[in-house]
Amino acid sequence: MSDPNPSPLPEPSGSAAPDAAMRRLTRRGFVRGGIAAAGGFLGWTWLRTRSKVDGISWPLRSVQRFNERLWGSDGLAPEFPANRAGDMKLNGPVGQPGNTDPAAWTVTTSQPNWVDRVFRLADLAGLPRVEMTTEFKCIEGWSQIVTWGGVRLADFVTAHRLGRRTDGVWHPYVSFATPDRAYYVSLDTPSALHPQTLLCDRMNGAALSPDHGGPLRLIITVKYGIKNIKWLNTIRFEDDRPADYWAERGYDWHAGL
Amino acid sequence: MLRLAHKHDRAIRYLHWVNVPLLAVMIWSGLLIYWAYDPYQIAVGNFVLVKFFPDWFYQALDLEHGLSTGMAFHFAFMWLFALNGLAFVAYTVWSGHWRELWPNRRTPIEALHVVLHDLKIRKQPLPLGKFNAAQKLAYCGVLLMGAGSVVTGLAIYKPTQLAGLTFLLGGYEATRLEHFALTVGYVLFVLVHVSQVIKAGWNNFRGMVTGYELVPTSNEVTTDVRPEPVAAS
Repeated sequence: MSDPNPSPLPEPSGSAAPDAAMRRLTRRGFVRGGIAAAGGFLGWTWLRTRSKVDGISWPLRSVQRFNERLWGSDGLAPEFPANRAGDMKLNGPVGQPGNTDPAAWTVTTSQPNWVDRVFRLADLAGLPRVEMTTEFKCIEGWSQIVTWGGVRLADFVTAHRLGRRTDGVWHPYVSFATPDRAYYVSLDTPSALHPQTLLCDRMNGAALSPDHGGPLRLIITVKYGIKNIKWLNTIRFEDDRPADYWAERGYDWHAGL
Repeated sequence: MLRLAHKHDRAIRYLHWVNVPLLAVMIWSGLLIYWAYDPYQIAVGNFVLVKFFPDWFYQALDLEHGLSTGMAFHFAFMWLFALNGLAFVAYTVWSGHWRELWPNRRTPIEALHVVLHDLKIRKQPLPLGKFNAAQKLAYCGVLLMGAGSVVTGLAIYKPTQLAGLTFLLGGYEATRLEHFALTVGYVLFVLVHVSQVIKAGWNNFRGMVTGYELVPTSNEVTTDVRPEPVAAS
């Protein structure tokens, strides 16, 4: 911040002096402005030409990490009366399997230094059912209020003692994939264990249709739609940040709301 | 006889000019984001007056398929835009210059007089002052719009963590529209602002670059600045 009072000027003598002083001020102003504009242009060029991390220059990726740390992943998403729920636009066919028979559907869980385990949908039956009406937000910008039904991922993980190392510490990341591995998502473990993160098998009072990810998808209110993986087939806890379909295509890995 | 008169403080000038590229980057990256879902239009019945935006617009400005790039720039430059705006407001408050901008009860009618004067409908001279009433409304308005952009932007950026704010603004969908409408407002402001600056002339423009204007010495007694742009000749 500069002095709010005008800087003192040499007292002009004679009628030509103000003109000369103005010319000098103008020259100085435009030279400084020109240097600043050139500096800004150089900075812009620098930013645009840095090496890229999955399509985005690294300084912008650093800001994404800064924003991620700043905002975290807590807070409950607002819930709405069920009568405000509506049909959702179909989007994202990547990974849709030919066979979505619920009776044959399996979910495989794994984590480092631990055996893989295979679950059937019937294995979810013992867990508390959750129904919530929340606003699904696509990263494209549209949104839709939908009633989702399922079980909390946190309840499933706790019931089967998944996700922790032998010393009790949580693995920091979880990755999810469709049966063909064509679509894959990774999350920070706190977001995955958020109370509004569901293994979802019902939508607007009916069984989740195959087009919307049936028989089983992830619903995670603290993230954009891209993290709400459909046709959920594998859940793997990891120690290093796993691959993520849209992060590899230039999007913010965190994608938090 | 002319003399130099101080017009704009250095902080005001610097923050004003820094805002130019920041606003440009925010609008550009915002358009990259908006392209991915672009439902807004102004229509009377079924007749569409303005569609935001026709395909040729996106193509001409190379705004297609840039959602991830747009988000990366928007959510980085938002900090600079917000900080610059905050510094501007803080400085006007601290320096007392807010008094030159803040409208009073007479400002709306005086602003109407300015418009009528500029349209050459009303002949009476305008009252003297650093900013005329129309400028006060426009400059105050654009600062409030800036605050509105930050607030509506935050509400759609973090609609879970700032759920209360999103609710107060009418919900996620409504807030996205508000955020967009404010941007249209900026663009209209810039169009009017730039054309008024061109109309006011070189001496006035130079005031925002150097901080000083050349004024007739006869004005010395009344004020150290001249009204603009009416008395520019």
